[in-house]
Amino acid sequence: MDSTITLFLLQDGLINGSIYALLAVAFVLLFAVTRIIFVAQGDFVAYGGLTFAALQQGSVPGSIWLLAGLGIIAGTLEFLRERRALTRPKVLGILAGDFVFPLTLTGVAILAAPQDMPYLFDMALALTLVVPMGPYIYRICFRPMASASVLVLLIASVGVHWLMIGLGLLFFGAEGYRAAPMFGANFALGPVPVSAQSLLVMGATLALLVGFYLFFGRTLAGKALMATAVNARGASLVGISPSFSGRTAFLMAAFVGAISGILIAPLTTLYYDSGFLIGLKGFVAAIVAGFASFPLAVAGAIAIGIAEAVSAFFASAFKEVIVFSLILPILIWRSIRAPHLEED
Amino acid sequence: MSVLLTATDLSVSYGKVVAVHNIAIELPGSGIVTLIGANGAGKSTTLLSLMGVLPAKGKLMFDGIDITKSPVEERVEMGISLVSEKRDLFSSMSVEDNLRLGCYRRNRSHGGEALEEVFGRFPRLKERRRQLAATLSGGERQMLAMGRALMARPRLLMLDEPSLGLAPLIVRDIFRIVTDLRDSGIAILLVEQNARAALEVASAGYVMELGEITTHGPASELINDRRLIESYLGIG
Repeated sequence: MDSTITLFLLQDGLINGSIYALLAVAFVLLFAVTRIIFVAQGDFVAYGGLTFAALQQGSVPGSIWLLAGLGIIAGTLEFLRERRALTRPKVLGILAGDFVFPLTLTGVAILAAPQDMPYLFDMALALTLVVPMGPYIYRICFRPMASASVLVLLIASVGVHWLMIGLGLLFFGAEGYRAAPMFGANFALGPVPVSAQSLLVMGATLALLVGFYLFFGRTLAGKALMATAVNARGASLVGISPSFSGRTAFLMAAFVGAISGILIAPLTTLYYDSGFLIGLKGFVAAIVAGFASFPLAVAGAIAIGIAEAVSAFFASAFKEVIVFSLILPILIWRSIRAPHLEED
Repeated sequence: MSVLLTATDLSVSYGKVVAVHNIAIELPGSGIVTLIGANGAGKSTTLLSLMGVLPAKGKLMFDGIDITKSPVEERVEMGISLVSEKRDLFSSMSVEDNLRLGCYRRNRSHGGEALEEVFGRFPRLKERRRQLAATLSGGERQMLAMGRALMARPRLLMLDEPSLGLAPLIVRDIFRIVTDLRDSGIAILLVEQNARAALEVASAGYVMELGEITTHGPASELINDRRLIESYLGIG
């Protein structure tokens, strides 16, 4: 293996690792705040990328119907939950947030999709169509069972995953889609050509990770979210609503998933079920981090990206086998280091 | 004296086990009221239900407003704070972050002033402001838990076993701080294993046994009650 091949593999590994890093951070965040191992995290990647690709091609993305449906269900459940304590501001809030907002977005998507809109507009619209699904899913599926065991929450998240996969097939079809790159330029890094889109992926990942670091380290809202992760009852005692923390965590996780999908849509062909495998690698990185440490999750994700690129070169048929086999030594190592971990 | 909090027919269950049964409590707008009883009598459960952490049946009024159905965050916003028996600190966060989060829901606009007040009351916390909460001693952790609750400038401060597991000298400090808080006009509901010490600083007391209030009255009367002396205060 000469230096050119090494650089190629490193580039490939860093691009994939960047996306896995974002997803790993989302896995850790969701688990720390809500105790949910959210298997459907990768589905936001597919929904984000495919919604964006559909808008670019001038067709109305089917995901708008999921957004509208989730909004209406969440709003109806909220009305039922609050039926004895409904006030005018609460009613207006539910109507605006759960009915008017998703239905307006749906309308905007129907009107804008056939038009030749700028690249950034399509990106922003794809994000605003997919990201609100996160908090809606939390409110419909997980908030009512917030105090359930980790296992029950995991089973529920598997259910959400299969639902999203099934609906994804219905909305986007079985065919794969690829979006046009934001920048078509290519650069040469020594003997290795580097596309501007690859640099965009890595740059955006770095910016998002720095953004997360500043959010959690410097803002009261970020610290409140971390406080919920550290001690949920303590957070509740200072007035941090567990439900608000859950919604915020899901909003951030959906954003991370959707933006990852939009970023990689020009680099790889995405299918309705592509998100699962991509998400699973972020999941492995989250396991490396013990679902607790953000820096370890990022480091693990980059290592997985590079391991994947190297195995694809030397033994492409065993690429996934090698990557997922990494879980075993990691789990053995973690169990030796922390043998008495128990569920709370 | 005006009534700040009234609990009527308050019951709390853990599944089918009734931990607190139809109790009634009335707290004045200032001074210390203590809730005493043996381990397992339901004292901590009562505080957690008054805070909204545990769901309860019955009726709860705070400053004339029905808060029976209010979630914890609304109760915090209205001025109720609880320092729980477990302290419930954010162990991997700094002392200052723990304190600043204390005014997340209430008094945020005066967070800086409140922080200086808390540092004035607990100088040790100022020295340790950059340190992680997990690295504090037992007494410092209790101070941090109290300081965090005070950041919201509560109208009612509920303290669950503030002296638990602390050295006698630290306990004396904690009780001095509790009486200082009382003198500053905060209403305090104090749950304390050390019943004598609690009754000495309180104006009134409730005695709980097996989830029910069996006796209540002025602290000066309870401290001389023969049955209480035998059960909780120690003979002599």
